[in-house]
Amino acid sequence: MTAETLIALVACALVGIGLYGLIVQPHPLRKLVAFNVMGSGVFVIFGALARRGAAAGMPADPVPQALLITAIVVAFAATAMTVALLLRLIESTGSASLAAEPPAADGEAR
Amino acid sequence: MSTEGGLLLAAAVLLPFAGMLLGVPAGGRRAQRTAFIVMPLGLAVAVGIAFTWLDASGPVVYVLGGWAPPLGIALRADGPAVAMLLAVAGVVTGIGLFARADFGTPKGSAESRAAYSYWLLLLAVWGSLNLVFVSGDLFTLYVALELLTFASVPLVCLAGSGETLRAALRYLLFALCGSVLYLLGAVLVFGAYGTLDIALLAQRVRPEAASWTIVALMTAGLLAKTALFPLHVWLPPAHAGAPPAASALLSGLVIKGSWFLVVRLWFDAMPGVVTLPSAQLLGALGAGAIFFGNAVALRQARLKLLVAYSTVAQIGYLFLMFPLAFDAGSGRIADGVALSGGIMQAISHATAKSAMFMAAGSIYSALGHDRIADFAGLARALPVTVFAFGLGGFSLIGLPPAGGFLAKWWLLSAAASSGQWWWALVLLAGGLLTAAYLFVVVSRALRAPDAPLVVAPIGRYREPATLALAMASALLGLVALFDVPGLPIGRLPAGA
Repeated sequence: MTAETLIALVACALVGIGLYGLIVQPHPLRKLVAFNVMGSGVFVIFGALARRGAAAGMPADPVPQALLITAIVVAFAATAMTVALLLRLIESTGSASLAAEPPAADGEAR
Repeated sequence: MSTEGGLLLAAAVLLPFAGMLLGVPAGGRRAQRTAFIVMPLGLAVAVGIAFTWLDASGPVVYVLGGWAPPLGIALRADGPAVAMLLAVAGVVTGIGLFARADFGTPKGSAESRAAYSYWLLLLAVWGSLNLVFVSGDLFTLYVALELLTFASVPLVCLAGSGETLRAALRYLLFALCGSVLYLLGAVLVFGAYGTLDIALLAQRVRPEAASWTIVALMTAGLLAKTALFPLHVWLPPAHAGAPPAASALLSGLVIKGSWFLVVRLWFDAMPGVVTLPSAQLLGALGAGAIFFGNAVALRQARLKLLVAYSTVAQIGYLFLMFPLAFDAGSGRIADGVALSGGIMQAISHATAKSAMFMAAGSIYSALGHDRIADFAGLARALPVTVFAFGLGGFSLIGLPPAGGFLAKWWLLSAAASSGQWWWALVLLAGGLLTAAYLFVVVSRALRAPDAPLVVAPIGRYREPATLALAMASALLGLVALFDVPGLPIGRLPAGA
């Protein structure tokens, strides 16, 4: 087994674990961590593909690396935004649960 | 290489974002003014792109920096993209006029955070949508999709209550799951075919395990963002909880972004890869959405939730085009009357649904509630608003000459010519269910009240803006009378 195949298999496991956590974990913070695990898996797959697609004499294909930086920035921004929303939610309701409250009184939300 | 007028595509994307960036330091009142300067300019750019497209009799292309794909990035506008650019520019302008009542900052009053954020987010949503329509590259589309999500999630929780924060967080988590699946698909595309450019990919892709995995991953991710049944659970609380000017934007336009990406993927990138059973599955989910959304809408006691569930149902129609566009002879997705039907459905729903959310918002602020059971006398108190709501519904039901009628007509003729009669039944039954819940609302509003109805003033610009969008939707079907090039085929011949 080559190094790239091994790395790609590990990455697949990360994606699987992340997706499982994202669906199964009820707490939003755990969901967020699962999202990051899954995202890391995708980034590692991209890295392995860059290595596999390298031209002769080059250690790796540079295009995936350039895209990877962008994708990491996007994932970072998404994580920051989720944490900010979560903090506001705890501030205003005292809990971080996503479960809906009992039906609100009429005309409360608009 | 870039075609003539290609620079307009870059302008369509840059203009809203430039306005947003200027608005950030400028502050509340000036942010609003920037938005109102960008609106006519953006509308003019969209019209300019449409005329360039008509003259060029082919897609408008702009190659960024002169670097051709696969190394560089190309912006392309074909028929569907041009139609969506025009529709979004029009609807954003209508919503902007309406939003002055809620988010205007009158002279001398202090800047409020919700108003300041609203105008910036409005421009950000517009810019991201334009980028989704003109991108010719799967990775640029990923970035565009993320920008769209980041702009629309804060719109959900502008009011800042616990309920809306929860809805926004749930929406964000669904969207993140969807985007990571989409990104995984894009990564695999690059690994398997060495390009992310849609036109190049269409030449290289073959039906095999890798491409099937890619389509499945990307489509699943995009469906979570589009809220197709059964992934719709985040939509009703998010769209019904947002302020009306934000709901109109979210329900009318934002969901069309990820839907348009599914269209790009199935029609442009991989038309020969997708199979008939997978197209039928998308259609079946769409049919599920139509029946479930309409049935639940019928049982809602509050108007905004009713309109939000109606969106769940209308998303279903957007996915009926996929099985109808499948050409059994050549075993691939083909451009044709089904694609035109789908795009027309997207545009007529965008105009009708934003008008209906705006009408629901006006009713809420006039009455102080939106309980359908207490609507007696409303038609006399707010005749224009109720009329606009009815016109929007008229288009959703699909009565001539509304845009919804033309969309259904094209989809029905595609169903007839491909022999898929079951989708015709779904289309017709869905229209009947839509008529049922609209009848409930309008007949309540027409009833005479027990006591005279007290209504609060709702602002000067709301009613004309709502009526204009509703009229646009109700008369959109008349384009069939004119000789518009590319209709009903949806795009002009000549590839790439």
